[in-house]
Amino acid sequence: METFNGLPLRVLYAIGVIYAVLIVASLIVFVLRKSSPGEATEELSRRVTSWWWMITVFTIAIVTNRIVSTVFLGFVAFLAFKEYLSLIPTRRVDRLILLFAYWAIPVQFYFAHEGRYGLFLTFIPVWMFLFFPMAMTLAGKTEGFLRAVGTLSWGMMITVFALSHTAMLLSAGAGGVIAAGPAGGAGLLLFLVALTQFNDVAQFTWGKLFGRHKITPRVSPKKTWEGFLGGLASTAIAAALAGPYLTPLSMQWAAAGGAMIAIAGFLGDITISAFKRDLGVKDSGGLIPGHGGILDRVDSLTYSAPVFYHAMHFFVFSGRIT
Amino acid sequence: MTKYLRAAFFLLVVRPVLLVILGVNLRGRENLPTKGPAVIAANHNSHLDTLTLLALFPLRDLPRLRPVAAMDYFLKNKILAWFALNIIGIIPLARGVVKKNPLADLEEALDRGDILILFPEGSRGEPEQRTEFKRGVAYLAKARPQTPIHPVFMHGLGKALPKGSLFLVPFNCDVIVGEPFTWEEPVSAFMETLEDRMNALAERGHFPRWE
Repeated sequence: METFNGLPLRVLYAIGVIYAVLIVASLIVFVLRKSSPGEATEELSRRVTSWWWMITVFTIAIVTNRIVSTVFLGFVAFLAFKEYLSLIPTRRVDRLILLFAYWAIPVQFYFAHEGRYGLFLTFIPVWMFLFFPMAMTLAGKTEGFLRAVGTLSWGMMITVFALSHTAMLLSAGAGGVIAAGPAGGAGLLLFLVALTQFNDVAQFTWGKLFGRHKITPRVSPKKTWEGFLGGLASTAIAAALAGPYLTPLSMQWAAAGGAMIAIAGFLGDITISAFKRDLGVKDSGGLIPGHGGILDRVDSLTYSAPVFYHAMHFFVFSGRIT
Repeated sequence: MTKYLRAAFFLLVVRPVLLVILGVNLRGRENLPTKGPAVIAANHNSHLDTLTLLALFPLRDLPRLRPVAAMDYFLKNKILAWFALNIIGIIPLARGVVKKNPLADLEEALDRGDILILFPEGSRGEPEQRTEFKRGVAYLAKARPQTPIHPVFMHGLGKALPKGSLFLVPFNCDVIVGEPFTWEEPVSAFMETLEDRMNALAERGHFPRWE
């Protein structure tokens, strides 16, 4: 069953479930504001309000059509990359190279949109990887060369390349070549993004309620084993329920996929934390009230998107498991 | 007519560019003046500084916002002069040696209740490197001692569009607005206050190296 523009109806129903969860969250915040007012509740309230905005923008982007979806995902990657470049030390001599790096974003997302797997995989890790040091060499300034080329390449990978896997998931369903499942590429994307964000919230909540044993006291002191394992279990259960509806995965495989998203999401989260801690900033920016910057919001996705995509590519799209 | 052109330029060009290509992290919004007369004193790194400061205010305030800009630079040809005077809405200021009171136009604007935007460094200079503040702002404060001076520290726009570059490279920028202060005797004490407040604002941000 599809809507008028070819979007599987299942995607719309799943978004309806997300809004139902959001309404419940807003009701809880409403009650909390009456029963225990304070700065912590206000912060929670700001976060939930921002969730309404983010989920609505995301919904519009994936419901409209695939071009709009891909442009939106590319724009998120652009914002993340810009935030990254604004946080790190840069050299004046590299300005034009940075400008060029920005133009790699539409190219990468075009390859993803067209489903050009080979170009998608090589454009940044091979071609841009070789291009940046060459351009910096020709620019002629050797002081800070290694730092400049290292930070630029890593930032391009962790933001643009990693996040472009979301757009690649969308095109997995296009053309009918690959078995993207009953809800198409949009269903896969929704599965990945919703579970990644759900896992963030679940880990946070489990950690707040039961957290005692710290995992990485130096990098991210608020992360606990209780939060991580509670989030992992919650996300695996949510994935088992949503998987057969939104993806080609059976219940067991969907639970495994959910567990993988939870672990990868956690690793992405602490990796971006390590990066911020090195630079001495708490939030990557001030774009999203209650959340911080865009990198603070997509940190988990920088790991979960490539891990989930490539697992799907290897096991499912290839027909190894059905 | 030019009033509408000016509003359209800010609504359709400046704001979208600031929102999409650049990103403004604004802190201290509550310290922005809501009515004139007032003076915004900011550090200067890029042509984008003026546009960014103007875009912080609601559109209805636009007619009362007057950036103060160097006459010799902005009035050097007809097209630029038209744009600077009508769209940006500058009050031209003569640099160097002048005979009569060079601040007369500024004082008049303050008396009308305008909000002046001025860059006491006097020039963009090297991007993201502050130079010594010129004392003109102190003489203006002395002439209108009740007028609040709002210090604003900006960072990042000098990376996006430094002096001498034609290419705009996307970077987020920080704008930190401080609490207003007024004239104090003598000029040197006023200048010291301005420097101190600017330094305090600069220390509130995280600014990566740029070399």
